[in-house]
This record gives sequence, structure tokens and C-alpha cells, in this order.
Amino acid sequence: MWAPVSKIFSWSSSSLYLWAFLIGIGFGFFLERAGFGNARKLALQFYFRDMSVLKVMFTAIVTAMIGLVYLSYLGILDMDRVYLNPTYVWPALVGGWIMGVGFIIGGYCPGTAGVGMATLKEDSFFYLFGALVGMLIYGELYPYFESFTTSGFWGKRYTLEKWLYLSPKVIAFAVLVVALLAFWAAEWAEKKFQSDAEKDVG
Amino acid sequence: MKGYMNPYLAGVGLGVVLLASFVIAGRGLGASGAMMRCVVSLQKVVSQEHVDRNPYLAKYGGGERNPLENWLVFELLGVLVGGFLSGVIAGRFKRETNHGPRFTKAKRWLFAFLGGGLFGFGARLARGCTSGQALTGGATMVVGSWITMLAIFAGGYMMAYFFRKQWI
Repeated sequence: MWAPVSKIFSWSSSSLYLWAFLIGIGFGFFLERAGFGNARKLALQFYFRDMSVLKVMFTAIVTAMIGLVYLSYLGILDMDRVYLNPTYVWPALVGGWIMGVGFIIGGYCPGTAGVGMATLKEDSFFYLFGALVGMLIYGELYPYFESFTTSGFWGKRYTLEKWLYLSPKVIAFAVLVVALLAFWAAEWAEKKFQSDAEKDVG
Repeated sequence: MKGYMNPYLAGVGLGVVLLASFVIAGRGLGASGAMMRCVVSLQKVVSQEHVDRNPYLAKYGGGERNPLENWLVFELLGVLVGGFLSGVIAGRFKRETNHGPRFTKAKRWLFAFLGGGLFGFGARLARGCTSGQALTGGATMVVGSWITMLAIFAGGYMMAYFFRKQWI
């Protein structure tokens, strides 16, 4: 076991922050490469005219997921030392839904708006300012709905493997199959809905 | 479309970056967390006492805690640099606002602000956005993150019809 590297070798926070910066560069680079600095390109996902969001996101998830399963199978990566999000079902559902509505109205998510800002998309500046205000409001209102934010707690490290009683390998394979089906459907949908849209995306 | 990378290829690139983040730091990517930290750092300037009294804000900036001294903040700075580099290389670094042909720039800016507000609120409630929950939590097979991801798509598709004028 030699990974997560920073934890096994107890890195100082300054070298960790340097890597955070470098990894961020990679993240922003590929988001922009995919065309995700453009809010319209992102939003057309919801009209089946440009399925890039689904394709990029699902490919990234499957790639990283298979990598994680493989590296931990080889005994290189200690998954127990990888941070996992806790599962709070109700805040996940409601918060996720609000984000989806914010996505179709605002045209961005926070990461892609950052890439939009870095490439001078004016609407992303308004989006980011709005997001900061939304977070400010959340923080200020937090004491009034604190109990809701911890409702539906299923576990600190509640993964699909615990939920479905399947091994990570089987789950990764199943997600891969679902992703391939989704890609096939996405290609079909684009052809069907894009005919008149192709001219006006630009 | 102007020289965008093949989406599957970009996805593999993003996936490798995400995997590198797990291998190096033992954690994934994020964006909204760093923005919350910016908010709290400003609130600290206004009133430290106010931040200390609110348990949510105190978690980020209580007492001597500096909300900006965090992995996510440095990662988000990198995102800006990476996006800038790719945009310059592709010739997409230019001032513009993107919307559908039947919409105006001013309305687009208003909607961007409002949508951003909703997204920011929702991201805090769900403990992460499309990066921290959908991508990172999705790859680590966390049940709550998959629920969040599906809820994001559900919210977008449910409301898409009402906002079609902005985009198509």
C-alpha cells in the first residue's frame, strides 16, 4: 500500500496544496476542452440536443471507478483511507433537486462556471455571484433547519456495495454496462433532436 | 462546434484527473465547498462573533480557523488556471454571453444570477455539487451521492420545459 500517497507519507499541508492546485489545473483544463465554459452547451443537455454533459460525466465516473477498484485490488490504494461523502438521504434529494432547477435556470454548475469565468463568459460572473449569495443565505438560515440537514442518515461510508451486498468489481461492471447503454441512448437522442439545433449552437 | 474535444476522450481525461486526486490526496474534486469558504472568510471580516455563533459557519471559520486554508480552495484556483489555459489554446478566451436565439443578454444575466443562487443553496444542503457529489461520490459508489446526482438530473429535466426560451 502506498496510496493515498499524502496520507501514507504524511505530507505537509503546503505540498498537499501544491498538488491540489495542479490537480485543479487538470480538472479545469478538461472541463473547458469539453466545451463546458459555455452555459448553452451545458443546458442543451436538458433538451436532448447536446448530451456532452452525460457523456463526459459518466465516462469520468466509470474511468475513475474502475481505476479505484483496480488499484485497490492490486493492493496499491487503501480505500479505507479515501474520504467518502456521508449519506443523508433527504438533504441529498432536496438539495440535488434544487441544484437541478438552478442548473436549468443558471446554465452552469459551480465548477463549470469557474471555467466560464476563466474564459470571460459574462453570464458566469453573474452565476458565481448568485451562487455566493445563495450560500450566504444558506449559512444564515442554517440554524432554522439544522435538523433537516442531518435527516435520513444512512451511514458515514454507505456505498452501493453495502446497500446491494455486491462486490465493488460487480458494481463497477454494472455501472459500465449502464453507462454504455446511456451513451448509446445519448447518441440516438442527439441525432433525433439535433437536426434543427445544429445550425444554432455556436 | 468549435474544436471541442471528443466528449468521451474529455471524460477519460477528467476521470484520470479524478483518480489521481484519490491516489495523491485520498479525496476527490470539488467546487462549491471552496466558494462557501470564500463566503465565510468575508463574513469573518465583518463579524467574527457572528461566525462563531452559527455552528455551520463556525465549522469553516470559527475562532482562529482560516476558511481559505483548505485543499478545495487551492484546487479551485487550479480550475481557473486550467480553464484559462485550455480556453486560450482553443481560441475560446473571449468576452461573450451564451443563450438561445430568442433570449436577451440582460435576461440571461438575471437568470444566471438567480439560478446560481438556487444552485449555491442546494449545493450546501446536499453537501456538495456536481463535482463533489456527482463526480467524486459517484466514482466512490456512495449511495447518497448517486441519489444527489439523479436528483440534479431530475430537477433539470422537470423544469427544462419552462425555461426553454432561454436555451433553444
